[in-house]
Amino acid sequence: MALKGNLRDFSVVQIFNLVNLAHKTGTLTLEGPNVAAWVSFREGKLIHAQLGNEDGTLLGVLTKSSKVRPEQSKLIKKHAADKSDKELGLLLINAGYLSQQDILASIQHYVLEVVYRLFSWIDGFFRFDNDVLPPDDHITIRLDLENVIIEGSRRIKEVEALADEIPNLDMALTFVERPGANIRNVHLNTMEWKVVSYINPKNSIRQIARANKMSEVEIRKIVYALLEAGLVEVVRPEGMPLPSQAASFKPVDEKQRATLVNRLIDRIRSL
Amino acid sequence: MQTVKMVVTGPFNSGKTEFIKSVSEIDVVSTERKISSEAERVKETTTVAMDFGRITVDDELVLYLFGTPGQKRFDFMWEILSEGMLGFIVMVDSARPETFREARGILQTFRAYAPTPYVVAANKQDMEDSWEIEDLRIALKLDGRVKMLPCVATKRDTVKNVLLELLYSILEEMGEKKK
Ligand SMILES: Nc1nc2c(ncn2[C@@H]2O[C@H](COP(=O)(O)OP(=O)(O)O)[C@@H](O)[C@H]2O)c(=O)[nH]1
Ligand SMILES: [Mg+2]
Repeated sequence: MALKGNLRDFSVVQIFNLVNLAHKTGTLTLEGPNVAAWVSFREGKLIHAQLGNEDGTLLGVLTKSSKVRPEQSKLIKKHAADKSDKELGLLLINAGYLSQQDILASIQHYVLEVVYRLFSWIDGFFRFDNDVLPPDDHITIRLDLENVIIEGSRRIKEVEALADEIPNLDMALTFVERPGANIRNVHLNTMEWKVVSYINPKNSIRQIARANKMSEVEIRKIVYALLEAGLVEVVRPEGMPLPSQAASFKPVDEKQRATLVNRLIDRIRSL
Repeated sequence: MQTVKMVVTGPFNSGKTEFIKSVSEIDVVSTERKISSEAERVKETTTVAMDFGRITVDDELVLYLFGTPGQKRFDFMWEILSEGMLGFIVMVDSARPETFREARGILQTFRAYAPTPYVVAANKQDMEDSWEIEDLRIALKLDGRVKMLPCVATKRDTVKNVLLELLYSILEEMGEKKK
């Protein structure tokens, strides 16, 4: 059993959706054209990311975010070279130099910056290894994926593929009922909120676009983001006429159907 | 003599022919048919490959299994298939994510066809690279109410199970309607 493929066929957004909904724990490896990246998750939450051989150590991150000045960084490197990230973090907190909040915010900022860059990767091999996690002495965070996915989807440039993902604009949307899927906890922009306010099994996606004067590309992009964040799903609108092909079915007469199906069941069991 | 039909659809190479072969009592006829619909008559005819298998139940009842490629070319099949249609099996190659987008498209189409019953067969579960059922369910954005069944088209038992689960779904749906 495996969870691997190419980003051309299954995008970073879709992988994050899968990790989120399946509450996966493990590490995603992405191989871009020039560089690889690793993103780790615990029970469907983002905890860590590393891009190529970029300096993602605590000291590297704090230096990058100017929480530590370069000359201080050199000093720390000299005197605390043997310290793990967690030990160094404690040292800095105990010395009253930084708060725990400062440290976590810097790491979160760094991890998100790495991850958002990955959303622009459209080609490359990916693999998810269950239960592989960063070493214990790393400082990890814990971020809900819904917001990350929404923000990542905003960065999608290949809008053509979205027509394949949402082929039928005459379908409707409904909110998903699952723990953690609360639209109120998600940071949406004005356009996205407008779409959300019209979501209802009675309104087709096309009608929502019209009501908001959005193009097909614009509505598809927002619907895709909400779908991949696991917040909505596509449903058949109430009262929608059947497509002509489906309407032309002459199903087996309803009165006979049960006996007929039971005869088929017996026969197939006997095969 | 009464005939009923099930259609096996899905992306190219997902295992439709193999699936029908596993249970058909006749050699599966794989035909390349030239079909032109009313609207398309002026244009060239379209070649569609279609498999055809049979399971005889008794003197009065026969089940036909049709294998047809998914999506666009599918439109040409409806006239042949519309009568006595029981339901659909959507085959997916669990080991080839490059076909998932097409599979999602087919499944979304079926969602609009409600209430025609269908199940999804996650085929090639014997392959090392195959995705797990629960991952596939999410990857294909399958409706929570639709069954997804593990399948190895060359193993008759798993094929039987898929057919039976489709039939159970049909019964369940009839039960719900009565309520
Ligand atoms: N390992 C494995 N191979 C399969 C399975 N089902 C089909 N195949 C193989 O996959 C290829 C495509 O199958 P086929 O039935 O022709 O696909 P179709 O295009 O959907 O009709 C053939 O080489 C089959 O032998 C399966 O469950 N496991
Ligand atoms: Mg075939």
